Amino acid sequence: MNVPENDDPLVIAGRSFSSRLMIGTGKFPSAAALRKAIAASEAEIVTVALRRVDLNKPDGEGILSAIDRQKQLLLPNTSGARNADEAARLARLARASGLEPWVKLELTPEPRYLLPDPVETLRAAEMLIKDGFVVLPYIQADPVLAKRLEEAGAATVMPLGAPIGSNRGLRTRDMLRIIIEQANVPVVVDAGLGAPSHAGQAMEMGADAVLVNTALSDARDHAAMAKAFALATAAGRMAWRAGLGPERDCAEASSPLTGFLFEDR
Amino acid sequence: MHFLDILESWPEPRIRNLYDSVSPADVRGALSRERRDVRDLVALLSPVAIPMLEDIARESQRLTRRQFGRTISLYAPIYLSNVCAASCVYCGFSANAAGQQERVTLSAAEIELECKTLSAMGYESVLLLTGDAPAVVPPEYIADACSIARRWFASVAVEVYAMDAKEYELLCAHGLDGMTLYMETYERGVYAQMHRHGRKRDYLYRLEAVERAAAAGARRISMGVLLGLYDWRIEMIWLALHARYLERKRWQTALSVSFPRLRHTPPGFQIPHPASDMDLAQMIVALRLFLPEAGFNLSTRESAQLRDRLLPLGITSMSAGSSTRPGGYGAPECNRLAQFEIEDQRSPAEVVAMIRRAGYDPVWKDFDDAFLE
Repeated sequence: MNVPENDDPLVIAGRSFSSRLMIGTGKFPSAAALRKAIAASEAEIVTVALRRVDLNKPDGEGILSAIDRQKQLLLPNTSGARNADEAARLARLARASGLEPWVKLELTPEPRYLLPDPVETLRAAEMLIKDGFVVLPYIQADPVLAKRLEEAGAATVMPLGAPIGSNRGLRTRDMLRIIIEQANVPVVVDAGLGAPSHAGQAMEMGADAVLVNTALSDARDHAAMAKAFALATAAGRMAWRAGLGPERDCAEASSPLTGFLFEDR
Repeated sequence: MHFLDILESWPEPRIRNLYDSVSPADVRGALSRERRDVRDLVALLSPVAIPMLEDIARESQRLTRRQFGRTISLYAPIYLSNVCAASCVYCGFSANAAGQQERVTLSAAEIELECKTLSAMGYESVLLLTGDAPAVVPPEYIADACSIARRWFASVAVEVYAMDAKEYELLCAHGLDGMTLYMETYERGVYAQMHRHGRKRDYLYRLEAVERAAAAGARRISMGVLLGLYDWRIEMIWLALHARYLERKRWQTALSVSFPRLRHTPPGFQIPHPASDMDLAQMIVALRLFLPEAGFNLSTRESAQLRDRLLPLGITSMSAGSSTRPGGYGAPECNRLAQFEIEDQRSPAEVVAMIRRAGYDPVWKDFDDAFLE
């Protein structure tokens, strides 16, 4: 990528990242495939479901073996937790086993669509922030909840574009726009991004970062798709910074129609 | 609304009428829809769908990968006891099953040894099984077994006799997170004929057991019918209705479906409605289109060759290196009565290698102690 480093870093809780693409690690056919996807994505934040790993045992060919802790922040997530207490226990165990005190809150009490529980997410965020954690909550695209979490001290908000794994793109676009407009913390569009163009659209809207998983693990070539997402994310960011023109219904004449009124006066 | 009301609103003649009217266009319609109803499922399960099985299988694979990715969870059964008061005529554990083989119930130390052996193989998920003998193997014994297993594994499930809500709560308080219970057959007449003794005679008590377990706190529920007892094309509709009912009623519970096929039965028992390999494949892929988010389990009852081929069709969880006799891991040469002979005798390492060759990631751990109090 030709974007100069640190020209436009993503800053979360005082820490700078040059990539605005985060990667989820579930659903890959092997640790080797995941490792290649992470490398190609140039992601610096990689999230891992704590229920899938044992941080106190050697990982063998597991998910952890695919992460290069020198290059990537291992961001543990609480997926599978049904309430705040379960999520808090998971986060504390992860910290106790030596991980940095960062946690992506995923409170997904129903197993089919894995939609986040807003009540328990706010409660868990309040508990863990008080306990010194940097909290990145996965949420429904709910602008009021986003503000409540920001006020509670969340480091980011991570609203969904569509249900996890659905590859449907920015179905929550109108609410995402409001969240982005009102946010004082980075907004990371998480879940539902099925194509690089979806990531590009989120970034063009002014999202600070995006997170993908299924779109990469579903692809025939995981690494190539990861690279494509990285390019689209950077392109979307660049377009947002450059200032996009408004959408129009019809062509607009580039020479003014009323210019003659102001000529030869 | 109780499930029984739903079940009774779908009597067999109503389902047969639907089957009789299925056309190839119905199958194509069912294939192209995003959410399918019972009519669609009937179309996909019907003989009319067989020429389109490849298309259904591709859609099944796509849906499975979307929800579960390219992963297969691994689990192992631990038989705690082969004592049984029921006399299910099709079962190797039946009280009437003759033979010289030993009936035993494992001691705490023996359970510990089974756990240790399986843990060393890499297992993080186990299924504890018993026969239907609450007098000899009471809920308190099973609860203690859950506590022992919980010390070794990330996830503990049971497949035991149907219990009361309070008993399921007891198991959950001892670390249980999953519960498997097959209805055997939803057909009441056949059910009565096959289950003449013990508490298992009570059809309604068994029918509602999965719901009681979910309400008591079991996070994962596994259901199924014993394939071979009755016409699977009818049973699959009832099973699917049951699953859909549970998805709405117990919205926090993860559902999975197993496809246990009667293969080896005690002498003197003829399988009344045998299901072929083709039948098994069709029910797996058709049910996947109806239940895109459910886990699908395939045990070592099926041969290595068939399991390898069914894996990419919609399966999400497999057992491996299983023993169906109590104490079978710690003391493999013992002469204790087994519930059924396993077909796929490969070691866990061999099954893991097969899963990897098929392009899937074997998942050992998918739960954590931290979820429990």
